[in-house]
Amino acid sequence: MKNEPVIVVEKLTKQFGNFIAVDGISFEVNKGEIFGFLGANGAGKTTAMRMLCGLSIPTSGKAKVAGFDIYQQTENIKKNIGYMSQKFSLYEDLTVKENINFYAGIYGLNENQIKDKINYLVHHLHLQHQQNTLVKALPLGWKQKLAFSVAIVHDPAIVFLDEPTGGVDPVTRREFWEMIYDASEKGITIFVTTHYMDEAEYCNRVSIMVDGRIEALDSPKKLKQNFECVSMDEVFLKLARKATRSE
Amino acid sequence: MPSVVVKNITKKYTQSKKEQPIIALQNISFEVEKGEIFGIVGPDGAGKTSLFRILTTLLIAEQGSATVDGYDVVKDYKSIRQRVGYMPGKFSLYQDLSVEENLNFFATIFHTTVEKNYDLIKDIYSQIEPFKKRRAGKLSGGMKQKLALSCALIHRPSVLFLDEPTTGVDAVSRKEFWEMLKRLKQEGITILVSTPYMDEASLCDRVALIQNGKIMAIDKPNSINQNFGKKLWAVRANNMFGVLKTLKSWQEVFSCYSFGENYHVVMKDDDNANAMAIHDYLFKCGYREIEIQLIDANIEDSFMALMHTENEK
Repeated sequence: MKNEPVIVVEKLTKQFGNFIAVDGISFEVNKGEIFGFLGANGAGKTTAMRMLCGLSIPTSGKAKVAGFDIYQQTENIKKNIGYMSQKFSLYEDLTVKENINFYAGIYGLNENQIKDKINYLVHHLHLQHQQNTLVKALPLGWKQKLAFSVAIVHDPAIVFLDEPTGGVDPVTRREFWEMIYDASEKGITIFVTTHYMDEAEYCNRVSIMVDGRIEALDSPKKLKQNFECVSMDEVFLKLARKATRSE
Repeated sequence: MPSVVVKNITKKYTQSKKEQPIIALQNISFEVEKGEIFGIVGPDGAGKTSLFRILTTLLIAEQGSATVDGYDVVKDYKSIRQRVGYMPGKFSLYQDLSVEENLNFFATIFHTTVEKNYDLIKDIYSQIEPFKKRRAGKLSGGMKQKLALSCALIHRPSVLFLDEPTTGVDAVSRKEFWEMLKRLKQEGITILVSTPYMDEASLCDRVALIQNGKIMAIDKPNSINQNFGKKLWAVRANNMFGVLKTLKSWQEVFSCYSFGENYHVVMKDDDNANAMAIHDYLFKCGYREIEIQLIDANIEDSFMALMHTENEK
């Protein structure tokens, strides 16, 4: 991994009335890095992520995402990132092919590029026989893989994954992480939240938010050493128990 | 008498005449003892919610029978509704009523009062009582969960059905929730709880592992793991993603799955499998800092092994 930051965050803060949802967080994420963004419910993860995606303007602080300013250049940010949440963004009443076509079109790929993408993805995901199937008829695990592929259909600099693996079977969950590794090897930066602590171990570095602040940020190995824990689960519990607020 | 008896239940959903019906539950049978915490563990779409809806008399199965507290889920549905508590996966309280109004409403429906059973919900309800005038729709996820549990308990049910109570809940709140369940068990309440989180299986007295509408195993969590039946190795080295690709393409490997900072590996020739052989192969492939350890299977290992067996059938 090159030390080439694609996300630079300095004292980023978001306040709603008297409530400080995100309280002066600072960190950097490098190109191709798999960055785990953890925290208890209500710690401020979603608010922070919305700011980084250009969907919410901060109260104060600075941040650049893919080289673009999160106050002034939110549209450029949106073009250069991918986003996938647990609630799939796929259209259930469109087929596999139509969904790829639609998203590739939205992200501005031309007709030839779209054709190539459809061919590549359908083969890559082994969906040759399902390419004309409505997405709603696909098993959950396939939908998830397709949703991820669509989120990076425009080869973004960064992809934001908000609890991408909720509810899937353990085999599919692992296959999904292999896709994440593949994308990371291609240089796509992965910014991921999860409630599965074993998945935190798959990240290059992990940050843990407590009450709007980043309480810890390091590689899983170092975090375990520093907090004298055998697993990330323990590290998380140790830190998150200190929280004084919930959602 | 067992609290819950399920015999050969099959449930199908027919979408249209042209399409094949979706089989949500296939010939499911099990029993739950009084005062047990019984876990239904499986991914989304496994059939967990269908099963809960059948047992709470909200859905009728095509085949098979079931009783709750000795009452038949079809014939005696009214008796069952009076004596079970049900917390659906989706928040189903009245969003426009306050916390307090919701609780009173459910108490009244069941011909009881909040005062009468307050001791049962005290632990849980006292945490949201400071917000009792707030509308339920305005509560945070964790508070909604506590209110829903309070409402499901206010008539002191003999059997409590909790459909994915911890989905989307963080690790700390999940721990707290399970501690609450342990206390309810001490009150003699039978608890059926479903979850997609495999690690929660170990917190149940017994579990049913469910996938594609079929129960793959029912037992104490430890017993399920003891039945894994093959040597399992935890493997790690430098360049973990490389190791995964190497092991997966090695013909001697039966299965290789990532588990936190390790890979869990089963070899094809289980009888002769040894750590040295795995080490030497990885070393030859250029990996260093190789660590290999023989370990016990956990529920996720068992679940994946059972999935594999089911697929072979």
